[in-house]
Amino acid sequence: MATTQHLTPAMQRQRSARLRRNMLYLVLLALALLAPLAIYPVFLMKVLCFALFACAFNLLLGYAGLLSFGHAAFLATGGYFTGIMLSSYPGLTPEAGILIGTLAAVVLGTFFGVLSIRRQGIYFAMVTLALAQMVYFFFIQAPFTGGEDGLHGVPRGELFGMISLSDNLPMYYFVLTIFVIGFAIIQRTVHSPFGQVLKAIRENEPRAVSLGYNVDAYKLVAFVISAGLAGLAGSTKTVVFQLASLTDAHWHMSGEVILMTLLGGVGTLFGPVVGAGLVVSLQTQLAQSPLGNWVSVILGAIFVICVLSFRSGIVGEIGKLVRKNFK
Amino acid sequence: MTMIFGVPLAVFMGQLMLGLINGAFYALLSLGLAVIFGLLKIINFAHGAQYMLGAFAAMLALEYLGINYWAALLLVPLVVGALGVVIERLVLRRIAHLDHLYGLLLTYGLALIFEGTLINIFGVSGSSYPTPEALQGGLNLGFMFLPTYRAWVLVAALVVCGGTWFIIERTRLGAYLRAGTENPALMQAFGVNVPQLITLTYGFGVALAAFAGVLAAPLYPVSPTMGSSLLIVVFAVVVIGGMGSILGAIITGLAMGLIEGLTKVYYPEAANTVIFLVMILVLLLRPSGLFGKEA
Repeated sequence: MATTQHLTPAMQRQRSARLRRNMLYLVLLALALLAPLAIYPVFLMKVLCFALFACAFNLLLGYAGLLSFGHAAFLATGGYFTGIMLSSYPGLTPEAGILIGTLAAVVLGTFFGVLSIRRQGIYFAMVTLALAQMVYFFFIQAPFTGGEDGLHGVPRGELFGMISLSDNLPMYYFVLTIFVIGFAIIQRTVHSPFGQVLKAIRENEPRAVSLGYNVDAYKLVAFVISAGLAGLAGSTKTVVFQLASLTDAHWHMSGEVILMTLLGGVGTLFGPVVGAGLVVSLQTQLAQSPLGNWVSVILGAIFVICVLSFRSGIVGEIGKLVRKNFK
Repeated sequence: MTMIFGVPLAVFMGQLMLGLINGAFYALLSLGLAVIFGLLKIINFAHGAQYMLGAFAAMLALEYLGINYWAALLLVPLVVGALGVVIERLVLRRIAHLDHLYGLLLTYGLALIFEGTLINIFGVSGSSYPTPEALQGGLNLGFMFLPTYRAWVLVAALVVCGGTWFIIERTRLGAYLRAGTENPALMQAFGVNVPQLITLTYGFGVALAAFAGVLAAPLYPVSPTMGSSLLIVVFAVVVIGGMGSILGAIITGLAMGLIEGLTKVYYPEAANTVIFLVMILVLLLRPSGLFGKEA
């Protein structure tokens, strides 16, 4: 009690906000742990993979202000490398396969990053899109990706050589662990001094330069983290579905991850998770309905609506409401 | 037979010609993108879809209304351009004050809607548009056979590109346009109706895309997805050239087509990716693009 009295009101508010945030994390984690009791685990795993993908993308758009239109390349690279490694080396454990896929995405991300941060704004988007298209053509033509068919029958294997992942429940908890690690990395990045500098660059790049920050280095690191985590999502997805396909490399995928982030809320931690959940549910629901062929039209319409009148996204709007009413 | 680096002259020239034709389309499309970007500061992601709409409109007009190629070449750009005007008035104007990335996202959404709708109605497989009678056959140039239609496409594209250059660089309307690119607020203070200028500019850019679409209809299979893959290449062309100058867009477009054609002759595996490789090279050596002004 004595210590709290020395705190300024601002510090107290900060402390209680952090407490509330940690409570929220705990509640959500508990829900995620219990979720497979109520919902089909494969669907949950799909949502988690895309949620991690969208969170990784959001790190770049939401916190560094860089719109990448080529993130599918990292998802696919992670997926293909993991798939190839696990198929060709039966002794390899899934976590090692995922690690290799993630590393491949990090390497590609470094290459993309070095090239694309040389341009800004709209050009940045076009450069990443063009580079990703090149990767797409590479995966079509390369002899080891199975071309249009993709890689099938990637073994899930045994985690650490001990726990079989062929059942969906252990697989789910493994995916959840990966997601939590990925999310924690993003959460720490955003709330670190590094994340603060990123936001400063987003808000006013010339000022960040004049304050002495090496803006390009910050952007590059953010890009590589984002690419690596996108690769992690792709690698995990390959293990879950035992499949790596060209769909993941197509530029529609780069568009989808933008939509997930935009719909959930750009620059919010949970927005991409909510957006990914909604888009994946929508796709799953529509695929079974007569509207199945209209998915891309509906996604396009959501895009237009989001940009026209819903730019903060769902989590962003909720945040605004909370701030307005519970101040 | 004359050989050029181990390739017969006729094959070499043929591929070069194909490359030049592709280059003409790159030039037309990147020109439209540059015109729109100049005043609206957005990248029109729906450009590929609007090109595709041009080709489809020409095909449907022939099939259901009996409108022939020549009439379509004039009417379709007007109709699709009018659609562009409506899009600008209804949606793009509402987000003009925001970060320009929103314009990219919005037009991407529109492209998905156009493409998806046409896929549902017509399917993904392409249909063919007959070559107009007057342009059938070809010329034997001695060293190669030149189909008349291809020659016409090249001439028409160059004339339209040149005309656009003339309008923008040499007329009063073009002067307004360039001034509006530099400083729209000052233009408005001088009594020029800038919002109207913006609407017309977008309509004109879209009409250019539709014109390219009609030109392409007899050459390539007319399918809902014909625009999107082309557009990504055009984006790379735009990054290579930079959007600083009209002439730059035209020259870069043609040059990239030629480079692509040459690659097809000597190393066909890389034909898909060579333009992206050039883009990487330009980014490393001259990040603002060959003709770009800003960094």
